[in-house]
Formats: sequence, C-alpha cells, structure tokens
Amino acid sequence: MTSHFLLLVVFSFFVSLVFGVLLRDDPRQQFRTGALMFGGFIATALVLGWLMFPFPL
Amino acid sequence: MTTKSTAAEPTRVAAEPGTLVLLCLVAWLVPGAGHLWMGRRQKGIVFLLAVPAMFAIGLLLHGRVFPFEFSEPLVGLAAVANLLAGAPWVLARLLDTGSGMVTAVTYEYGNCFLIVSGLLNFLVILDAYDVALGRK
Repeated sequence: MTSHFLLLVVFSFFVSLVFGVLLRDDPRQQFRTGALMFGGFIATALVLGWLMFPFPL
Repeated sequence: MTTKSTAAEPTRVAAEPGTLVLLCLVAWLVPGAGHLWMGRRQKGIVFLLAVPAMFAIGLLLHGRVFPFEFSEPLVGLAAVANLLAGAPWVLARLLDTGSGMVTAVTYEYGNCFLIVSGLLNFLVILDAYDVALGRK
C-alpha cells in the first residue's frame, strides 16, 4: 500500500468517521458531518496538490 | 410560575472523582470503553474499531512508536501522542513492534496514522468525561 492518494483516502475516512461520531448524536447528522469532512479532506488535498504543482520544493 | 423544559435533562452518570478517574483510565486503555460504560454503544463501538485500526495501519506502514526523548521536543511530543492510543500502544511496546523503517516510502504516513490515532483517542476520552459529567 504505497499509493499516496489511497493513504490519504484511508486517513481521511478514519478521521472523518471519528469526528462525525464524536461531534453529533443523531446517526443522520453523524453521517452528514463525516461525509462533509471527508469530502473537505479530499478536495483540500487535491487543490493544494495542484497549487503546489508549479512550485516544486 | 415554573416553566417546564422540553429538552431532556442530561443524566449525570458518574460524578464521583474516583469513578471519573477510573472512567478516564478505562477510556484511555480501551478506546471507546468510556462510551460503552456510559451506555453510548454506537459511539463506543465505532471508536473501539477506528482508533486501534488506525494504530495498526500506522504500524503496517512502518511507522515508529516514538521513545520518550524530551531532549528532542518533537520526538517527546510524538511519544505522548502515541501513548494516548492506550492498549494498542501498550501492545506495541510489549511486542517490541513499531521500531519504524525510515527508508520505507510510507514511514511518514505511518507516523501520521500512529500519532493521530492517539490524539483522536484523547478527544474520545474528553468526550466520555463530558458525558459522565452530564454535559452532553
């Protein structure tokens, strides 16, 4: 398992799962919060990744 | 004239200091156990599965369970974060795993999983504490 993107997805899944369940009590709200957080993680990583593309370190 | 609140009163399950300390210790040792103790089964089971799974993935990715070397502050802080994972950390120390492989491409990812699993468990402990005090 060396795909950076896959690891990012797995990490985002677990963190979103824990935060979603931790922050909300209603299962539907938990799912919504977790899904929003998961989407936010992925979208932010992709956007930052593309922003860094022209400026390699 | 008294008014009745429609919101359910939070139940204070464990207000005794000794019980609270024991609750926090149990919640630290077994992620999610504090919630299970407080009757929050769904939350407890999710934490019981997610936190150790993250720690195990961190070990599989050749992450390092950091030693308590406070001469290097970041290593010391990472060790504290690892420690907060509870039983997975105890098992890793007992089985002498988590030495980390710096040359592995996934080394930093492994560290990230190991550290974040501990930090998440810390939040879970604080949440269980709040539940026990009737704040949630």
